[in-house]
Amino acid sequence: MPEVFVAKAAQFPDGERRIVAYDGREIGVFHWKGKFYAYENLCVHQGGPACEGIMMHKVEDVLAPDRTWQGQKFSSDEIHFVCPWHGYEYDLKTGECAADRKLKLKSFDVVRRGEDVYVIAG
Amino acid sequence: MDLPLSDFRRMAVEEFDTTKLLAHAVAQARERGYQKFPIVDVDSHHYESEAIDEILEYMDDPVLQQLARSARQASAKSVGMLPAGVGYQDMGGRVTRYPLRGLEKGEKGVHRDISLTRRWMDAIGIDIAIMFPTPMLQLGLHPQVEVEVALARAYNRWLCEKVLADEPRIRSMLYLPFNDAEASFQIVQEFGRKKGVVGFMVTSARYRPVHHNSYMKTYALLEEMNLPLAFHAGYNWNDQTTGMLNRFISVHALGFVFYNMVHLANWIINGLPERFPKLKVAWVESGLAWVPFMMQRFDNEYMMRSSEAPALKKLPSDYMRDMFFSSQPMEMTDMGALETTFRMIKAETQLLYSSDYPHWDFDLPSTIYDLPFLDEKAKRNILGGNAMRLFGLDLGGQKLARVA
Repeated sequence: MPEVFVAKAAQFPDGERRIVAYDGREIGVFHWKGKFYAYENLCVHQGGPACEGIMMHKVEDVLAPDRTWQGQKFSSDEIHFVCPWHGYEYDLKTGECAADRKLKLKSFDVVRRGEDVYVIAG
Repeated sequence: MDLPLSDFRRMAVEEFDTTKLLAHAVAQARERGYQKFPIVDVDSHHYESEAIDEILEYMDDPVLQQLARSARQASAKSVGMLPAGVGYQDMGGRVTRYPLRGLEKGEKGVHRDISLTRRWMDAIGIDIAIMFPTPMLQLGLHPQVEVEVALARAYNRWLCEKVLADEPRIRSMLYLPFNDAEASFQIVQEFGRKKGVVGFMVTSARYRPVHHNSYMKTYALLEEMNLPLAFHAGYNWNDQTTGMLNRFISVHALGFVFYNMVHLANWIINGLPERFPKLKVAWVESGLAWVPFMMQRFDNEYMMRSSEAPALKKLPSDYMRDMFFSSQPMEMTDMGALETTFRMIKAETQLLYSSDYPHWDFDLPSTIYDLPFLDEKAKRNILGGNAMRLFGLDLGGQKLARVA
């Protein structure tokens, strides 16, 4: 399995992402809350650069115990990245499309070799 | 520039380049061989608000011109005169080209609208784009009819002189100030033969019935000049009905169909296809799912109530199949339903590819090219051939887009 260099860990702060290319394929690597996640940079919708969009927490409705709607908030733990072409949102920790979890980006393993971060582009 | 995100974070962005954003579209164009056939986009957009100072130079009425300029000075980001509808097309910044487009640099010595339009056309593989404004899609709701007329005339003059005259790959169906029937007639007379003008467009979000007698001479003139008439969909959150909807998704999903449904119903039931049999009519940016609904609904009721539509000589759906429909935003979540829709509307001859770029729900040519139920001929018709025949376009046998 080819290992593709992503970045020096010290130069890849938490909350950022890198896009690497290997053999005609682009891979988005995210560093989020101390862990690394990697997905193919190809939206399931129209092929947009899904991993290059902004990262936004999931929007949630706030319902009271009597089921009345009280407003909205951003999730405290579910973070999405958003395809900049049309707004398809993906769960950063799984690569699943937030609107339909049956749809999923191809994922890749990320490994650290000393101070270096690699993605296994197989 | 900093983009606000969902928590304390902000995302710093220093540049924006359409070619980079659309790099995957470039790859699609290459992989699918778009260099081998013409692609015509019958509905794309620019932001005329970015050129409003230039446009106002073309406004005749000195008082309205001064009003608009003064309002522009008072509020740098609004025109003052354009009715700005409440809306969230940018999806809270998720569709990044909305907040970032101001950072993009055009080519030196080329008008910004031409430069940026050519850039995305080349990336997508489009040879000719029929271009419409953006904020003016709401202008039919302006409470001052004279403002709609003044802005329409100024915009049309500006577009013809500054854009259409200099870039043959950009064409337009010009804005008709439809709330003033006489002014609409005059606009067709004045601009109908200008370079780059391929028809005229009514923004659908308005409250004027298309069958009113005051419009008949304009339809007759368009028919005589062989210029298509298009109805461009739009939403209106201030309508009492859509006012019951609390999210933009609902207003957009219904609003962009609603007004075209009303106008299409009036157009057919009042027998306008019989009165103007050679007038070509196109329905733009309502997607396609509404058309089978209208066909079935009106055929069913017409069979029982034909006395209320005495001008008709065939079923309402037969008239609809004579019309043209732009593809975007094409509903693609049920391929079986989409295939049925293509059959019902005679897509191979009546469907026109449209991108709607740069708006948030744009469609690439691959949305048509990759459909499993179309053969190569049908794909090429929908992506370009149908529009070339409808608008009388001639590319001289050349591919104009620079497909890499």
